[in-house]
Amino acid sequence: MIIRNVRILGGEPADIRIEDGAIAEIGPNLPGESVVDGAGAIALPGLVDLHTHLREPGREDAETVQTGTQSAARGGYTAVHAMANTSPVADTAGVVEQVWRLGREFAHCDVHPVGAVTVGLEGKQLAELGAMADSAARVRVFSDDGKCVDDAVLMRRALEYVKAFDGVVAQHAQEPRLTAGAQMNEGVVSGRLGLTGWPAVAEEAIIARDCLLAAHVGSRLHVCHVSTAGSVEIIRWAKSKGWNVTAEVTPHHLLLTDDLVEESPVGAYNPIYKVNPPLRTRADVEALRAALADGTIDIVATDHAPHPVEDKETEWSAAAMGMVGLETALSVVQEAMVETGLLDWAGVAQRMSVVPARIGRLGGQGQPLDVGAPANITLYDPSARTKVDPSAFASKSRNTPYEGMTLPGRVVATFLRGRPTVLEGKLV
Amino acid sequence: MKRHLISAGDLTKDDALLILDTAEELARVSERSIKKLPTLRGRTVVNLFFEDSTRTRISFEAAAKRLSADVINFSAKGSSVSKGESLKDTALTLEAMGADAVVIRHSASGAPHRLATWVRGSVVNAGDGTHEHPTQALLDAFSMRRRLGSLEGRKVTIVGDVLHSRVARSNVLLLNTLGAEVTLVAPPTLLPVSVGTWPCEVSYDLDAVLPKSDAVMMLRVQKERMNAAYFPSEREYSRRYGLDRERFAKMPDEAIVMHPGPMNRGMEIAAEVADSARSTIVEQVANGVTIRMAVLYLLLGGETA
Repeated sequence: MIIRNVRILGGEPADIRIEDGAIAEIGPNLPGESVVDGAGAIALPGLVDLHTHLREPGREDAETVQTGTQSAARGGYTAVHAMANTSPVADTAGVVEQVWRLGREFAHCDVHPVGAVTVGLEGKQLAELGAMADSAARVRVFSDDGKCVDDAVLMRRALEYVKAFDGVVAQHAQEPRLTAGAQMNEGVVSGRLGLTGWPAVAEEAIIARDCLLAAHVGSRLHVCHVSTAGSVEIIRWAKSKGWNVTAEVTPHHLLLTDDLVEESPVGAYNPIYKVNPPLRTRADVEALRAALADGTIDIVATDHAPHPVEDKETEWSAAAMGMVGLETALSVVQEAMVETGLLDWAGVAQRMSVVPARIGRLGGQGQPLDVGAPANITLYDPSARTKVDPSAFASKSRNTPYEGMTLPGRVVATFLRGRPTVLEGKLV
Repeated sequence: MKRHLISAGDLTKDDALLILDTAEELARVSERSIKKLPTLRGRTVVNLFFEDSTRTRISFEAAAKRLSADVINFSAKGSSVSKGESLKDTALTLEAMGADAVVIRHSASGAPHRLATWVRGSVVNAGDGTHEHPTQALLDAFSMRRRLGSLEGRKVTIVGDVLHSRVARSNVLLLNTLGAEVTLVAPPTLLPVSVGTWPCEVSYDLDAVLPKSDAVMMLRVQKERMNAAYFPSEREYSRRYGLDRERFAKMPDEAIVMHPGPMNRGMEIAAEVADSARSTIVEQVANGVTIRMAVLYLLLGGETA
């Protein structure tokens, strides 16, 4: 099978021949049956998301492994990490294997379950991390995402313990006492709107502590969804020490700001903008973009968080936190990072495929598009302009902040080990 | 004027003066033995109260009835809301009943904004969480104007829990629109971190501000705040920020004392200050009905032939 006329990482046009799920040959005008005409699209290594909420088991009304992975494929992803805050919580080998098997069954993309750090996400007792690591799901990323492992001793132990199987603790950095009842970024807008503030320091204090803990025990720390300029400074400092700290930023924190809560086309106090961590200020957005460009922040992760309509069509304080993001991530990154000249396509591939796969210790994902590599490929047309239409999403949920916005780019096709999961923008 | 009254910031200076002047005319009606006007006959006003506030609800009810509107009181307690009905479904129910105006009191900041996207009638904010309470600010301005004349250049001091106060937010916006100079006084814990961006002055020292004040508005301080470490004790709060007799003596002779109620006598305000001739606290209640009549009249009255 041959994919014709694609530009690998935006380079010169070439054809790619795929055999047995791997890249067999790359070059101009390869002979053979052409299956897909790339029409000059950019070829990227299949995207890898380190932070996805698939909601199954427990909230199948919001998303399932099937619809979530279909959404991922539509967004150009060939692998996702499924967060542990399901019901029941993914804190045992049984639950992570269930999610992993569902992913294999539907096969729209690889599903790598994230294991909870503590039993029931309660922050009291370590979950059986080793059992999850040794299970069929081979868990390497552990997170209580949605909740912070705020107990310093427990966090230290988790960081130490996962060294035995090369795991990583992905921390949701949110000091709980400083954010009791918090509704949005604490600043000018929250003061005017009378919404309980979510101070930047609540994120930064935990990141600083965790960097020091990771250094002390010589382990790997990953910081989820960094949202403030101060967090960037702390991570930059930790990296300058040579400590093993990685960090992610979401597409929405690269584009949106907290003023949208006060003034937007969908009205004030619209919970479509309610998310954890909250949208911050323009200065934070600029700092996050610069940090992603210079490598202080390693990767983009979606924090795809589906919620049913009724959990968002409420007053602000009653609404669920989170946004769907898999199907708009690449377009938002193009808008925020490529159109602004901060990243080229090779840089996007590093941050959305190569490095997230490395942090998750996924051998068969995030490989550069070279001969011999698994044929996980995303074809992307950056010249397209698309008005975001949530009703066209593959995701079961519609809670996107981009509805009606015109964003650049379109995922044309996605290949998982040589097999198309998306062609001409549609699920196969 | 806009179709809804959700924030005091929605009002231009002309809007605000129109409401105050209309209230002045309507006040004369309240002085008659028959207090009723036929203006809103056949219009329906719904009082949608998700929080207990008998005072505010009665005030709106009296205002609507004096304008001959049909009034439906919808209290969240004992209704479908307590069985888990969403704000949106409640809104759609009211819409189906043909409400011309919905007066909403809700514990969530921004609930009136959301309601306004689901109903066609006018939405009047009767207090939303820790956000705003625009008719309270209007009645405060009305009360001040009656005692002090024009508010242009007048110095108004607002004292207390600004952080959690919808009354303070609405007052800062409206008084600024009307040309008054506002100073907020509170312990730093009870001010928003962004208060420096508000159109007012800020002080931590009540004694320094009192001699320069034309009106002093004391806000209710909830004793529970003490448990969240906003201040150490009632006694210390009262000593540093309470308006007692000695502090009252530092105010200029003509200056007035206000309180939106309900008061904690002995906490933020001493009983003899609250009951003094320079206190407008009882007038504020009477003026509340008048100002709400003016608001309903201007929001709904224009559409009748």
